[in-house]
Amino acid sequence: MIILASIIHVVLALSLSPLLIGVINRVKAKFAGRRGRPLLQLYYDLWKLLHKGAVYSTTTTWVFRTGPLVGISAVLVAISLVPLGRVPALAAFDGDIILLAYVLGLMRFMTVLAALDTGSAFEGMGAGREVQFSLLAEPALLLGVGALSISTGDWSLSGIYGSLFADGLAAVAPTAVMVAASLLIILLAENSRIPVDDPNTHLELTMIHEVMVLDHGGVDLAFIQYAAALKLWVFCALFVGVALPLQMHWPLVDLAFGMAGVFIVAMVIGVIESTMARLRLLRVPQMLVVSAVLAMIAVLWALR
Amino acid sequence: MSILTDLLMMLLVLTNLRMLASSRVAVCIQNVAIQAVVLGAITFSLSAHAAIAAGVIVVAISTVAVKGLVLPWLLRRAMKGAGIGREIEPFVGYASSVLIGAVLLGLCFVIARPLRDTSHAGASMLIPVAMFTILTGLFIIISRRKALTQVLGYLTMENGVCVFGVSLAVEEPLLVEMGILLDVLVGVFVMGIVIHQINREFDHIDTDRLSVLKD
Amino acid sequence: MSPILLSAAVCFLLAGAVLCAMLSRAKAANAIGGIVAVVGAAVAIASAVHALQTGDETLQLPWSVPFGSFHISIDGLSAFFILAISAVCALGGVYGVSYLRHYKGKNLGASWFFFNLLFASMLMVVTAWNAVLFLAAWEVMSLSSFFLVTFEHERQEVRKAGWVYLISAHVGMACLLAMFILLGGQNQVMDFDQLALPPGVSAAAIFLLAVVGFGAKAGICPMHVWLPDAHPAAPSHVSAVMSGVMIKTGIYGILRTLTFLGSPASWPGWWGWTLLVAGAITGVVGILFALAQHDMKRVLAYSSIENVGVICLGLGLWMIGSAGGNTIIAALGLIGALLHVWNHAIFKSLMFLGAGAVVHATGTRNIEQLGGLLKPMKHTGVAFAIGSIAICGLPPFNGFVGEFLIYASAFGGIVGLGGSAPIACLLAIAALALIGGLAAVCFTRLFGIMFLGEPRSEVARHAHEAGVSMRVVLWILAGACVLVGLVGPLVAGVAALAAEDLLPSTGLDIGPSLGLLWRISGASAGLIVFAGAFWLLRRRLHAGRPIEKAGTWDCGYAEPTSRMQYTASSFSWPVIDMFRHVLRPTLTRQLPSGPFPGRAHLTSRTHDIFMRFFYVPLFAMAQRLGQSLRWVQHGRNQVYVLYIAVTLLALLLWKLGTEQ
Repeated sequence: MIILASIIHVVLALSLSPLLIGVINRVKAKFAGRRGRPLLQLYYDLWKLLHKGAVYSTTTTWVFRTGPLVGISAVLVAISLVPLGRVPALAAFDGDIILLAYVLGLMRFMTVLAALDTGSAFEGMGAGREVQFSLLAEPALLLGVGALSISTGDWSLSGIYGSLFADGLAAVAPTAVMVAASLLIILLAENSRIPVDDPNTHLELTMIHEVMVLDHGGVDLAFIQYAAALKLWVFCALFVGVALPLQMHWPLVDLAFGMAGVFIVAMVIGVIESTMARLRLLRVPQMLVVSAVLAMIAVLWALR
Repeated sequence: MSILTDLLMMLLVLTNLRMLASSRVAVCIQNVAIQAVVLGAITFSLSAHAAIAAGVIVVAISTVAVKGLVLPWLLRRAMKGAGIGREIEPFVGYASSVLIGAVLLGLCFVIARPLRDTSHAGASMLIPVAMFTILTGLFIIISRRKALTQVLGYLTMENGVCVFGVSLAVEEPLLVEMGILLDVLVGVFVMGIVIHQINREFDHIDTDRLSVLKD
Repeated sequence: MSPILLSAAVCFLLAGAVLCAMLSRAKAANAIGGIVAVVGAAVAIASAVHALQTGDETLQLPWSVPFGSFHISIDGLSAFFILAISAVCALGGVYGVSYLRHYKGKNLGASWFFFNLLFASMLMVVTAWNAVLFLAAWEVMSLSSFFLVTFEHERQEVRKAGWVYLISAHVGMACLLAMFILLGGQNQVMDFDQLALPPGVSAAAIFLLAVVGFGAKAGICPMHVWLPDAHPAAPSHVSAVMSGVMIKTGIYGILRTLTFLGSPASWPGWWGWTLLVAGAITGVVGILFALAQHDMKRVLAYSSIENVGVICLGLGLWMIGSAGGNTIIAALGLIGALLHVWNHAIFKSLMFLGAGAVVHATGTRNIEQLGGLLKPMKHTGVAFAIGSIAICGLPPFNGFVGEFLIYASAFGGIVGLGGSAPIACLLAIAALALIGGLAAVCFTRLFGIMFLGEPRSEVARHAHEAGVSMRVVLWILAGACVLVGLVGPLVAGVAALAAEDLLPSTGLDIGPSLGLLWRISGASAGLIVFAGAFWLLRRRLHAGRPIEKAGTWDCGYAEPTSRMQYTASSFSWPVIDMFRHVLRPTLTRQLPSGPFPGRAHLTSRTHDIFMRFFYVPLFAMAQRLGQSLRWVQHGRNQVYVLYIAVTLLALLLWKLGTEQ
């Protein structure tokens, strides 16, 4: 039963993650008083992109073409490692969080190299910022998980999430709150959302992720956008597991709660994007330092 | 310890970090006010185990009233009077301040480890959090230029002392607490006037530039 | 059997070295030097494999030196290091033959003499079972590598680098002498199997002397200052050997010394903390300075410091786990550290040799002048890319396997250890994560600026691919990166053999813990398979559709030039700025001004803060003190004889005084 839930989770993640982007955009549109694009817009985009040819810059080499392939492969491995709320991951083992973090690191590494391969100053700039911000996000993520692993005595993600709220809320609530806050900041930063980055504007100098993939088109761009949606799913699932203190012990019900949680998180992201302005770039590292400090507080509370 | 106290402690830590991170004086004043309210709530939540003594309620309410309402009002007036919106050039930058704060926090927990058992029943976080609040206040006094921000640092420190008092015994320090409260109130009054005067005299309230008066 | 094989290898290497020296400037010296290294390596590897299969063996011959005996032995740990040393030296030898060919008119025989001498002395260092023999080998190792570093001694910065190295090597040596005298002086024994902590000697003193003495070789911060000067100065194959394996003899030394100090379970907890904190600082400082450098070999040298930091983190976790009585955590930390020794030997020599190929092709080590090298140097570029991914510890290559074990040890420690140990483990996790993030900045920058984009100068535009033998070596190393990433558990099994004697309790099955690594291998294989599948998918989708070539989208600029690309400095500046309190970069600039601005320039330099703010003032002070004694030396030999006479007289009086 549990393994069935895990499989369903992966299938749903693969099929529904583009919808997540649709939900965010719809919430933003509602806030702005627009009708907004269709919920399924990203599916249409992907379909169209998959049927296009390609234009490659004469400057680029195989690195540019490998970037999207490695990105989507890495995020597929990641999605099989992430539990959704109480539903364990498809592949769960001690230390899977390390693999998860590093697989996403590989994705970033290749995306950055692909950006540098174009020789464009814009993409170089985006690449420089991407590596700068992620170097702060990574310790925060691992510290946060470390805090959870202190409170649960387990060090596989599925084990941690499975037993996090098993002994009642009181014992872990402070830790969980702090980790959730830290994870939310990491989620926004890693997925290039406002207030760190604006996914809508392609050409402004404040861009990070979108500017890195400026030169990709066609099938490659489809891979990149799909991978970005899946990455968002990975982080939403991680966040839901800490922020949603529900455990039903019926895998399919837990799965339903988890799914609902992911889409609620998407709506929350939409609200955040509608109500906040993008931070000045100099402020972004400070925000990430805050997320690391929050994770540290979680650790101190968990160590108590 | 109840989950409520735990979360309140966490809130106190977060307000301290916000204090270190923010450049706006208004935010810092608001912070000190929030800390006072949190402090009152902590006093309540700790005494919720036992029968609530009348003294506790008095202390809690007067803490909230004086430090949460009167003092912020006074300080805001001083701020407007001196015409300063933000601390421009602190000796230590804001990101570094937060990092130093994090290190201090860790340090407090390490120092407080042996003291845990002696504190109030179950409230193992009180001592480290109190120490951290005091150190934050000290750090603000050391690292900022404006006299007003330094007053805020002093108030933060005082809040930390209050948490210490709470952690040692809930009921006892009624008298002491009231005394301190009065001192602080008078102190801030005086400082408000002094700041106002300094500002009128010198057109700024940068304390490091007062060092020319040393002779 | 295996010690005899190893002695044979050493003798062969020495004989070959002497032959090279005699051939001197003859052309044959170059080829013979390489062949000697390869054959010597083959024999040494055979001895190590034999030792791993049959267990420890010892060879003891008398030696007329006081306290000395020619006593060598190969246990698991020695064999593990022999394998790394031999493999890297053999590949470095093959590469060196074609690398050195273009140094016409230099005394290549001398260079090969020192190369093979270095190789032989490293083999002796990791197998010597007598302190005198060990120290002799250690000194030969230091001196031969000094002469290799100063190969291009006509350049001033090379001479300076050599001096810094020589001094730091001897400061370390002094600590080691003191340590061995403390250990064996009372009982008058210097053989390792009889060395034990004598009563009345503090174990902590021995431990600290070992960390400082061996740390000076390994490059533990703040004793690391010689590395960033020495590695760029040396020829590339020498840098590869020095950085890939020679600095690891420091790690070996620390491990070997610890075996004299009783069972791991009896070590105090702060030893582990010391190594762990030293490792965290070394790692972060090393990689921070790496990403601020413009000289590619300096980047790699600093990155070696970082990797030594990672190894020390693993060792720290091992000791903390041992002190906490948890063998699994200890084993994971130690095996992770040992595995990282191998992995670093592989990818760092790959990177240095790749950098050597680039220097060979372009004549510059400044990455700001490079760019777009991937087109003319396809093979070197692919190998360098694999090395870059591996060195950042990213899957699916070998770097991740070692780092995963160290992480696993730390996470295991959070859950399984009590007291202050979880804090240490969290510190290790945070440090590793920060190092990983910084390494990603450093190596996307290094590879991206060197190999991607458009050439930034004429020399980069006219680069050419390296020779066949150089390419073969690069491919072998890159292949090793991929292979170890896929069969990590098997390699970890070898490391486990080496770690056996160093664990607090034996007989505990660490198989299941290492079994975690099969999951990693599975994920790595999955990554490769997925990427392949998507490649096929894209080919299918592209079939029959137009695939065009055009310029990079330049956001509307009419005349984009290669000079408008992002530079290495600008790529890493936000990070450097973020850590400016540590790095203290210096900027020299001339900003454009006026309506018709003239030339403008901006340079950033980041020098080593420990050199600037600690060693330079320290040695300046020493020099000032020395100055005040200069009156003693004024060149009249009569007075010198007087000094000798006075000294002898004083000694005589003192001796008589103590007799009574």
